[in-house]
Amino acid sequence: MTQSAPLPATVAASFGKRHPLRDLAGFAAIILAGAAGYFLFPDNLALLTRIIAVALLVLSLDLVTGYCGVASLGQATMFGAGAYAAGFACVHGGVTEPLTLVLVGAIAGAAAGLVMGAIMLRAHGLAQLVLSIAIVQLGHEAANKFSSYTGGSDGLAGLSVSPLFGVFEFDLWGRTAYLFGLVLLVVVFALLRFVVSSPFGVLCRGIRQDPVRVKAMGASVFPVMLKMFVISGAVAGVGGALAAISTQVVGLDSISFELSANALVMLVLGGLGSLYGALIGAVIFMGFEHTVSAYNPFHWLTMVGALLVAVVLVAPGGLASLLDKVPGLGRREGGKP
Amino acid sequence: MQTILSVATDAFAYGMVLFIISIGLSMTMGLMRVVNLAHGAFAMIGGYIASYVARDLGWGYAPAIVLAVAGTILLCAPLERFLYRRIYGKPELLQVLLTIGITFCVIGITNYFFGPTLKTIPLPSVLAQPVDIGFRTLAGHRIFVIACGIAVAAALWFLIERTAFGIKLRATVDNAAMTDALGVRTPTIYAVAFSIAVGLAAFGGVIGAEFLPVEPYYALRYMVLFLVVVTVGGAGSILGTVVACLALGAIDTVGRYLMPEFGNFFFYAAVIAIVSAFPRGFFGRAQ
Repeated sequence: MTQSAPLPATVAASFGKRHPLRDLAGFAAIILAGAAGYFLFPDNLALLTRIIAVALLVLSLDLVTGYCGVASLGQATMFGAGAYAAGFACVHGGVTEPLTLVLVGAIAGAAAGLVMGAIMLRAHGLAQLVLSIAIVQLGHEAANKFSSYTGGSDGLAGLSVSPLFGVFEFDLWGRTAYLFGLVLLVVVFALLRFVVSSPFGVLCRGIRQDPVRVKAMGASVFPVMLKMFVISGAVAGVGGALAAISTQVVGLDSISFELSANALVMLVLGGLGSLYGALIGAVIFMGFEHTVSAYNPFHWLTMVGALLVAVVLVAPGGLASLLDKVPGLGRREGGKP
Repeated sequence: MQTILSVATDAFAYGMVLFIISIGLSMTMGLMRVVNLAHGAFAMIGGYIASYVARDLGWGYAPAIVLAVAGTILLCAPLERFLYRRIYGKPELLQVLLTIGITFCVIGITNYFFGPTLKTIPLPSVLAQPVDIGFRTLAGHRIFVIACGIAVAAALWFLIERTAFGIKLRATVDNAAMTDALGVRTPTIYAVAFSIAVGLAAFGGVIGAEFLPVEPYYALRYMVLFLVVVTVGGAGSILGTVVACLALGAIDTVGRYLMPEFGNFFFYAAVIAIVSAFPRGFFGRAQ
């Protein structure tokens, strides 16, 4: 991660090139995996939808941590903001159109990202990490205490979402919710591919590698980072809204330190600074969690802990770094040609 | 007046518990530059050992404290040798992940052996009774905790400012490579300082069990609290940690008494305000 920082211009040269073939292969892989999930696990679609929602959260964390180098243990703030905003709009505001609810979630998430970025970017290192924790805890307390609006620890229940486009009803088996989530994921993923390979995304990588140098080149660091926080917040907000729509309830755990920490674990497991890594990490982590913690939740914790230690010591690049060995799929790191 | 005094005593005692646990973390972060999220796990191990010795074996409170501190240090020494030593000087994110991993393992393993229930550490009758201090009575345990906190602060001050080990420690903090070149065995300094930090965590975990109950998710639940204290105080500063503990203990306790329905709300709002105003903490040094 801390290789000698190349000039952002050379990074731009290697990232400016688009790889349409590679992107197409990536999309095909996501859609194939999604379709496989639909047909292989028809009884577990609720879990798969949950995985998609969390994958959106991990993607959003990747934007901040992987691309900007800001470690955050409070990313669930934006996820929770999106979930609660969609919940409010539906229960108290009478909005039932699913796409509108997702939009509401994205806007609320972006607003949360703006606030969070404005606070967190004032500090560095440890203070930044602690600020992110304090923000998510504050949000958690707020959601818990204003129980007349949020339902407190019982959760905000009773979201009745109208059919998608007036045609596809959200059924008991979660088929519509899953397909809706899958399409959302693919769309968001495509947008993010565009964002991270744009000059803006490359500038963010430059800042991660050497903020002083970027500043010396005349680019302003704070607004760029804040912009990435807002984008990241919108993505997390979409994830939150999807979780709210699919489960029809918003729980306190959607804005919690635990969820934030898990998201970070998934991201690192999959691979920092790679959008595919974020997806892989989320799927593997949540799949294993579902299997093992049904048996004994504490065994699950021990296993994740051991896995984390192993990843840090053996493969700091995450599982996605293994993908680099597959031609046509790998990401390019740094300014290597 | 009575209420004010009892709130103040509670706040002070709570602050002292925070201090005893957090000062170890402050040492690890100030000296070794490791963001150690497993510090709460060390306190939790101490609490579990003490509970086992005092309640299940029935050996009493004092042996429980001694065994908890010694046992935790013994259990955690290999961690420093084999895991922590590899992440000195690495990026913060890696340190966070490794230590979260250790925390998860500790939670999983302790619960495998001791079961997912709340562990109590029975107090001896001397500490369980109220003590008459002339014009009114105070809980004996609170006075004990406050005395321990002051003793720990004084002992650490003496160790760091007045002993040969303290000189080497401060030299290592200032410039590890140069100190090493002058013939000081910095790995040993690191190991000893780490053991002291672990021991203090276990000690604080045991005597603070009245404030921070020993339960399965102790390590995760209170870790945030200790991290916050160190950030607010400034890593590596004893004075900063004392001030941060007393201030945060006061805010938290007073907030709970005056507006119990808001719980931790004021605490975290205060943390955000303080960290925004002092990004390096009250007495942190410039990096």
